[in-house]
Amino acid sequence: MRLIDWIDARFPATKFVKAHLSEYYAPRNFNFWYYFGFLALIILILQIVTGIFLTMHYKPDTALAFASVEYIMRDVPWGWLIRYLHSTGASAFFVVIYLHMFRGLLYGSYKEPRELVWIFGMLIYLTLMAEAFMGYLLPWGQMSFWGAQVIISLFGAIPYIGEGLALWIRGDFVVADATLNRFFAFHVIALPLVLLGLVVAHITALHEVGSNNPDGVDIKKTKDEQGIPLDGIAFHPYYSSKDLVGLIVFLFIFSLILFYMPEFGGWFLEKDNFIPANPLQTPEHIVPLWYFTPFYAILRAVPDKLFGVMAMGGAIVVLFLIPWLDRSPVRSIRYRGPLFRIALSIFTISFLALGYLGTQPATGLYTSLAQVFSVLYFSFFILMPIYTSLDKDQPVPQRVTEK
Amino acid sequence: MTNTVDTDKRRFLTNATTVVGSIGAIAVTIPFISSLSPSAKARAAGAPVEVDISKLEVGQLLTIEWRGKPVFVFRRSEESLSALANLKTELRDPHSEELSQQPSYCKNDLRSIRQDLMVLVGICTHLGCAPTYRPELAPEDLGPDWQGGFFCPCHGSTFDLAGRVYQSVPAPTNLVVPPHYFINDNKLLIGTEKMEAA
Repeated sequence: MRLIDWIDARFPATKFVKAHLSEYYAPRNFNFWYYFGFLALIILILQIVTGIFLTMHYKPDTALAFASVEYIMRDVPWGWLIRYLHSTGASAFFVVIYLHMFRGLLYGSYKEPRELVWIFGMLIYLTLMAEAFMGYLLPWGQMSFWGAQVIISLFGAIPYIGEGLALWIRGDFVVADATLNRFFAFHVIALPLVLLGLVVAHITALHEVGSNNPDGVDIKKTKDEQGIPLDGIAFHPYYSSKDLVGLIVFLFIFSLILFYMPEFGGWFLEKDNFIPANPLQTPEHIVPLWYFTPFYAILRAVPDKLFGVMAMGGAIVVLFLIPWLDRSPVRSIRYRGPLFRIALSIFTISFLALGYLGTQPATGLYTSLAQVFSVLYFSFFILMPIYTSLDKDQPVPQRVTEK
Repeated sequence: MTNTVDTDKRRFLTNATTVVGSIGAIAVTIPFISSLSPSAKARAAGAPVEVDISKLEVGQLLTIEWRGKPVFVFRRSEESLSALANLKTELRDPHSEELSQQPSYCKNDLRSIRQDLMVLVGICTHLGCAPTYRPELAPEDLGPDWQGGFFCPCHGSTFDLAGRVYQSVPAPTNLVVPPHYFINDNKLLIGTEKMEAA
């Protein structure tokens, strides 16, 4: 009796590999945009592994934290590499996730029957933002401290319960040792567990309904005698090997940044964070890390504390609703009408512009521009039911197309 | 004995078990949620701080740490006091109507017990940055109308020398005046207003 048969009689090993890899049929026309889900999974593993090794040297104590990060950088053998892998990995995670989400918008991957794939994905994105925010407090630099102070104060804008809620989150009257210690616990235990659970749910939902593709064609409609989609190929070995090529290209770029510009000119590691936290002095320009700046720009565009916070939260909430806001039966941008193409272009420009404006001081022209782009950002969602209903979509082919 | 199932009884027992179980589950979360509130140690660290103000010059600002927060103590000049009286229209809450922002004994236009001595929590009421002290008149970056006050570097909120917020800035309310009182002419106690705490 072979070992695998012995195992299979007790645990569905072969069944699992078949269902998710060797007999999971993905559309054969995946393009460049389909690398990023796989890359996100690789970065998640990278972050978990480097994170575990960082916790072996890091001290979650306001008196020791800053020095322990410097200790990792200078005295721990290869500590600098592990720390830079983790910090560069964090930014790379968001690059990959944003591209992955944009792919969803391009090809309508959020549409029926993939609404839950999108919702689980959005929850992953939300958890990732919390994970990144809490992780950024840990080095206990000036930006860590004041960034946390500002973001936690956002909760204080909620009427009646806000101040109490902010106090409860901090565990002290200001961001202090209690805050650092609990953020450490959330960053290294609680949120990674939530992330892993959500990733399992995301992939389980995806494998239940099958992958979308650049044509937005449902490949399960045309199957051969064995019930295998004619336009499908097994994920393993075909896409596993293709994704490895993508991984090599990714690692090439990632290594260049890691070894030659790990701070990325202050974009991945901010300059003010090389100064230990000082609760009595605010740095001149508080800027969140680049992946939060679009939402930060929306917050500052509104000249009212409560409505600013609501607009920022709303900017993320509307993303959850896309599957129901989009009324068009056509998935892929290849066959959608001009209205959606224009709307998506304006949205993309607005998002990038807000990202830039979030890094600039909130004065005069910058604030006015942020207001214009915030309105455009929300228009994409609010007007979506209208322009997707009116749009002149083209006929969608029965089978996937060749380029 | 019949073999029929009493579905009503079964439903009652299922519901009763679910309700009791849920109450227990919710009750168990209370200690965990409460454990995140400020600890006894953190609350004790909120003890009052005594400040010697005998050497504080006119225009000078002292930053004191109380409950981990910066507290500004500064002495206002006669000129700035008269300037404060003329600002009313530019301010959002010139008469300190928002009661949560100062103790009742500081609910006056100068927001202080003694006219010359001002005590403020140095945390912007917008998103918690520490505003910078800008007592000078009409500096280049703040414009010719600047009468002296505080400028928040994070989002550009401005306050006058009584910590009163200007119109059309992100901060919604005046800076907080902490509870405090004068033990004598040269000693100030921040963090309490009751005599027995001294």
